[in-house]
Amino acid sequence: MALDTGPILRVEGISKTYAETVAVKPLSFALPAGSVTGLLGGNGAGKTTTIGMVMGLIEPTSGTIEIFGRDFLKDRYHALGRMNFESPYVDMPHRLTVRQNLTVFGRLYGVRDIKGKIEELAADLALAEFLDRPSGRLSAGQKTRVALAKALINEPELLLLDEPTASLDPDTADWARAHLEAYRRRRNCAILLASHNMAEVERLCDRVLMLKQGSLVDDGSPAELLTRYGRANLEEVFLDVARGRANGAAV
Amino acid sequence: MSASFDFSLARVGAMTLRYSYLLRSSMPRMLEMMYWPMVQMLTWGFLQSYLIRAPGGLVGADKTTIAAGSLIGAVLLWDILLRGQQGFSFSFLEEMWSRNIANLFMSPLRPAEFVASMMAMSLIRLFVGMVPVTILAIWFFGFNLWALGLAFAAFFAILIVFAWSVGLFVSGLLLRYGLGAENLVWSLMFVIQPLGCVYYPVAVLPYWLQPICWALPPTYVFEGLRGVLVDHALRVDLMLAGLALDAILFTAASVAFVRLLAAARRAGTLLQTGE
Repeated sequence: MALDTGPILRVEGISKTYAETVAVKPLSFALPAGSVTGLLGGNGAGKTTTIGMVMGLIEPTSGTIEIFGRDFLKDRYHALGRMNFESPYVDMPHRLTVRQNLTVFGRLYGVRDIKGKIEELAADLALAEFLDRPSGRLSAGQKTRVALAKALINEPELLLLDEPTASLDPDTADWARAHLEAYRRRRNCAILLASHNMAEVERLCDRVLMLKQGSLVDDGSPAELLTRYGRANLEEVFLDVARGRANGAAV
Repeated sequence: MSASFDFSLARVGAMTLRYSYLLRSSMPRMLEMMYWPMVQMLTWGFLQSYLIRAPGGLVGADKTTIAAGSLIGAVLLWDILLRGQQGFSFSFLEEMWSRNIANLFMSPLRPAEFVASMMAMSLIRLFVGMVPVTILAIWFFGFNLWALGLAFAAFFAILIVFAWSVGLFVSGLLLRYGLGAENLVWSLMFVIQPLGCVYYPVAVLPYWLQPICWALPPTYVFEGLRGVLVDHALRVDLMLAGLALDAILFTAASVAFVRLLAAARRAGTLLQTGE
């Protein structure tokens, strides 16, 4: 359990520049326990780069990242066992079975009763029928469930999700969102979610950071953004931001 | 990097388990590990038999011993070096091919633990691939590598540490430059072969090339092997020099790996691995 006080994640002025290209301009935000914050933006907005910096896989050009109250850039290992992530762009070894993959990750994360945990995840995420099938022979929906199982195997207090329902059919995507919501409620986990699926962001997030070409262009709850832009849904807000239409709001 | 050094054998074990699952899942891969060393051993073994028996060839008790040991012994030790490096690098490549690198580098697994697991797998692969071949060498050609005893232990130690150094350096390049650097896994060691004087003494090379040869640990092993077979004595000075060079090169490879990993984080390539 987290004994730290204050936000689970605090990001202060992180930016990323590759040679001449600015991927993310200085960005600050914080995630309290139990919150879901969405990074919303089109292609090239800087969502994946921002998530990558918080994962410790991309070194920021400037700024600081604090996770569980400690400087993550100086010592990432105090936090990595208490966080996890899911992305459709990162796979698990194809020729290992689902059970083998989960066993390996369970051991890497120091899970005590790995067999029990796998059984629990298999029941929760309906993995039982393909638990002993090679991961490479799964459908997209099954792969997503397995990736979610891997992301939850250590019961993370901070969960990073990069387009978690990309390429899923609406039914499977809805199922995955429901499961994430249930996990957040049960574990009081903080979630940072990068997506360009407006319905997903609207449903899951209590705060949305709108990014455009690496800059934060707006920030608020879904309801606040709808009011501010005078729109019926986040998709319209997104289009306003993407096309530079202020529509009463400062963009 | 971590502010404090923390090394977990449990995490090393988890990664070794992951690679052993992979190994056990494919019988053709298991057989392939034995196949090439066996082909090499048989080819060079029969060539050596021909050289000994051919008219005007290497006839005579001493020369026969020298030829037999020099060729088969050299080819077996060369395979330990080559397969040791490839066993290390292959485990790393598996993570790249399966787009699993981000999962690993975002887990509590430390780079040193990751490297240790690849070393363990390199030893396991060598055991599976080479032990049957060394036994076949006894059966086919009467050459017993194991009978070299302490000398074999010294040769093995020098070769495997050098193999890991090359594997570590190449893995760093793969992290930084992605699968574009994959060919180095298969080809880099072959650059070492002529300079490591696997099948001939250093003295036959041009004078100006010899210092380069002596900068490579395998040279000390293959010169040492010829010393054992000709003079029936282990050159301890060569072994110590080889181990000292190994220590320097392994340290340099570790520094390079850490720096290339840091460069990969700066360049954002850890999230872009895969085919």
